[in-house]
Amino acid sequence: MAEHTIKAFDEEIDKLRGLIAEMGGRAEAAIENAMLALQRQDKSLAAEVVANDKRIDAIEAEVEKLVIQVIALRAPMANDLRDVIAALKIVSVVERIGDYAKNIAKRVPLVATNQRTLEPVSLLPSMGQVAAEMVHDALNAFAARDADLALAVIERDTVVDDFYNSVFRSLVTYMVENPKTISECAHLLFVAKNIERIGDHATNVAEMVYYAATGQTAPERERGGSQQPQES
Amino acid sequence: MMHEQTTLTPAIETKMTARDVKVFYGEKQAIKGVSIDVDMDNVTAFIGPSGCGKSTFLRTLNRMNDTVASARVEGAITLDGEDIYASGMDVVQLRARVGMVFQKPNPFPKSIYENIAYGPRIHGLAHGKADLDVIVEKSLRRAGLWDEVKERLHDSGTALSGGQQQRLCIGRAIAVEPEVILMDEPCSALDPIATAKIEELIHELRGRYAIVIVTHNMQQAARVSQRTAFFHLGELVEYGVTSDIFTNPRQERTKDYITGRYG
Repeated sequence: MAEHTIKAFDEEIDKLRGLIAEMGGRAEAAIENAMLALQRQDKSLAAEVVANDKRIDAIEAEVEKLVIQVIALRAPMANDLRDVIAALKIVSVVERIGDYAKNIAKRVPLVATNQRTLEPVSLLPSMGQVAAEMVHDALNAFAARDADLALAVIERDTVVDDFYNSVFRSLVTYMVENPKTISECAHLLFVAKNIERIGDHATNVAEMVYYAATGQTAPERERGGSQQPQES
Repeated sequence: MMHEQTTLTPAIETKMTARDVKVFYGEKQAIKGVSIDVDMDNVTAFIGPSGCGKSTFLRTLNRMNDTVASARVEGAITLDGEDIYASGMDVVQLRARVGMVFQKPNPFPKSIYENIAYGPRIHGLAHGKADLDVIVEKSLRRAGLWDEVKERLHDSGTALSGGQQQRLCIGRAIAVEPEVILMDEPCSALDPIATAKIEELIHELRGRYAIVIVTHNMQQAARVSQRTAFFHLGELVEYGVTSDIFTNPRQERTKDYITGRYG
């Protein structure tokens, strides 16, 4: 895209994009590390995820400040306006994504007390992986103004939803068969729910990216199944 | 033409139409086939970089280009369906119906009262002093100037502040009961407060007159108009609903211009 006549405007937009890229990278890492900590029952890695969330929050505040400054001083128009508004909305969503990852990390010590590996846990890393990739791709789509990549993210949300339904069913089944594990399993249900929410938020980001890139709202996506798991 | 792809909400009452209008200054073509409709109910803004032809085109709408010896206009422009370039058209009468406000306030070096009364008097719109008094008050009220000048109607119009002078010029245009008011950068010589008053005035006059405003200030176009036309190199690049033009322009050239990427 051509540069602005006023160079400082471009510098501010670049800074905004840089901050959002960093935030996205940190949120993605938070999800991956939280899932890794859960798998390995690694409490110190989990603690690191919790601690690192502060930086994500700080970036959100920094982006908000910068967006307000850009709107006040540059009066952005058209795609620039859509970009900065998207940036403002995206950071608040990514901040939530960071919170979900942090919440997963906080549950690590609570499920790590049990030395046995719970069978339903086996699905969670793959589910987490898909959600982390959605976050990654949604923010890449923003950086590249790539509407097609954003659409691909939106479509992938059903994968996470399907995972969630499977994990939910297998956890419920597992709890029925192993009532002593109910406490751990309940935490794992929350973990699964958190990942499912991350998928939804990544989808929201992708929708914002689509609008920013094209000026059109993203086409209504097909909702394959219900978001709520069926009673099994 | 590109602009015909833009979806416009249907105008309730089309006041003026231009079809394939071309303007030449000698050999040089300043306007390259512009077609546009101006309606009664929306303020239309013309934007574009210097030299894009927006002012030239504005001036075709009340034949101000007739005063430029080298200027030649082709195409069709109508006011209420009537060809304004037809041989029988009375240009003086046309300019009363299609009034104009200029960049620099240009009141006559006469009293405030006379500035308003002059037009109605020569156009035979008033019979006697009482009639004129009514027209002067009504026009100054519509121009949002009455309360500021009612105690000193016989002071010179040029003694007013720049913003007041511009509102006096708008009042002068209104006094002859025009149907269309053309404004050529009416606020470019005014401070922000005076500008805001003119913009508020434009808002109040909307619907009563068809209003076309040429402005370099894109924020102003965004604030006062419901339709925006972007001109570039003598072409009408895009014409559409103002909020669409400023949030989601269809044409690359429009986008580059309004986002400040114009080379």
